[in-house]
Amino acid sequence: MESTVLIFLIFILVLSIFLGFEIISKVPSLLHTPLMSGSNAISGITVLGSLVAAGMAKNAGHGELAAILGAVALMFAMINVVGGYFVTDRMLNMFKKKEPKKTGK
Amino acid sequence: MNISILINLVYILSAIAFILGFKLMSSPESARRGNIISGVGMLSAIIVTLIDPQVQRYDYIAIGILAGTAIGLLLAYRTPMTGMPQMVGLLNGFGGLASLLVAWAEFHARSELMGAGDAAIVWLAAIIGAVTFSGSFIAWAKLEEKFISGKPVMYNGQQIVTGLIILGMVVAGVFFSLYPAGEGAYWHFAIFAVLALALGVALVIPIGGADMPVVICLLNSYSGMAACASGFIVQNNLLIVAGALVGASGVILTLIMCKAMNRSIANVFLGGFGTPVKGEALAITGELKEVKASDAYLMLEAANRVVIVPGYGLAVSQAQHAVRELMEEMEKNGAEVSFAIHPVAGRMPGHMNVLLAEANISYDAMVEMDAVNPQMDSVDVCMIIGANDVVNPAAKEDKTSPLWGMPIIEAHRARTVIVMKRGRGKGFAGVENLLFFRNNCRMLYGDAKTSLQALVGEFKSARS
Repeated sequence: MESTVLIFLIFILVLSIFLGFEIISKVPSLLHTPLMSGSNAISGITVLGSLVAAGMAKNAGHGELAAILGAVALMFAMINVVGGYFVTDRMLNMFKKKEPKKTGK
Repeated sequence: MNISILINLVYILSAIAFILGFKLMSSPESARRGNIISGVGMLSAIIVTLIDPQVQRYDYIAIGILAGTAIGLLLAYRTPMTGMPQMVGLLNGFGGLASLLVAWAEFHARSELMGAGDAAIVWLAAIIGAVTFSGSFIAWAKLEEKFISGKPVMYNGQQIVTGLIILGMVVAGVFFSLYPAGEGAYWHFAIFAVLALALGVALVIPIGGADMPVVICLLNSYSGMAACASGFIVQNNLLIVAGALVGASGVILTLIMCKAMNRSIANVFLGGFGTPVKGEALAITGELKEVKASDAYLMLEAANRVVIVPGYGLAVSQAQHAVRELMEEMEKNGAEVSFAIHPVAGRMPGHMNVLLAEANISYDAMVEMDAVNPQMDSVDVCMIIGANDVVNPAAKEDKTSPLWGMPIIEAHRARTVIVMKRGRGKGFAGVENLLFFRNNCRMLYGDAKTSLQALVGEFKSARS
């Protein structure tokens, strides 16, 4: 990797860390569990790296191993994305204001 | 338009969606919308990556996506709310594993193109991923109490073993970075990957079940850092932005939990935490005063302002719905009822709020510790259900107590305190609770659910 690219990526990293601390410290403790499951979903962003790996052609003498590793990584990252977003939605849907429904089995 | 420009434009939009998603989480009213926006951002990023020219075949991609989606949906809808800490722990681990595998795949396919710097990044991504994976697996098993007990596992020379593992990882990493395309590179990779897996186990196994919330938060942060590190390998901005947001979130939550337990991170990971603290015998004055449900009813019936302090014991006896019924009865009776929630009330940050919300308790009745303490003097009855250490005044009054300095809900300042408790046992910290011996405190022994139902019954029969 060229050093200019590396510097550029570090630049983005540093700004994102500061941004993260700013916005996440505003999340009330009421929502900390959905915040964590939502973070799980977003850390599934590794899907993008896994997609590229799983889509590698089997040439250049590497065989299929890289693509298989990519597919397994993709599966785990997808569990995070799908599991994380849906369980967060399920939880947030339970947070209601006064006059809740009379069901609650 | 150039494909790579299109892809990167969409990545910018995805980054905005993630940031907005977290921002909208600042209020329960907008949080659900935020989560959906964030999800749309993720979906767009996935779709646009599929047209990346580096992607040349779709068979493995289809398998990976389908399998992951199916398992993800199953987890999302099958996991009970009490199981949220385990699920988050498991997902932390999967995030780490994905990063480890991506690092491996990249190394396998491109080792001959790698310089020392690239190899060092592969090393970093692989070890963060591996530690996150094995550490999360142990945390999950401890919470489930499946393969290992929740008790801390200690052995002699623990820190030396951990130190040796780290040393080995670094040495293998240095060789790997110097000769990434060399003969031994695969061996070096295997050695540091296995050592990193061992490190995750070594770090988490000595930590007791009571401290798992801190560990889960920290591993949540690691899973973000792992995504960040993979972003450096594949040179993808979006991975770095998203990973950094998650990393920051995990660190913030870790600090909040440590503060609420009055511990430093170092103390959680190195000290003999989680093991019961042997305090010196305290001079306790007063005696335990037991009441029956019928007497407790009279106190609640006369109260205008009631604060309920729930602990994990409430969830253990599945009493959330019973407590909501009692709340409704007391509100019909004209009382103002709220729940005071300590940051460590559940098994992870915010867990108690979710458990109460599940039982249809509205979120504006849930009050944070810092908001409720200043008003405690005007509370008629403070009812404690399945909580112990978090209401122990020893934290404020007894300097010899292991709890000294821990922030507590100051229940003892209410006019009357009713404690619902299964038996006479001590809390997690193994400390006698001074509150129980106070003059204004009454003990209502028995299963929380049964006691609550008895109280609801009293209210109902009085009305009819």
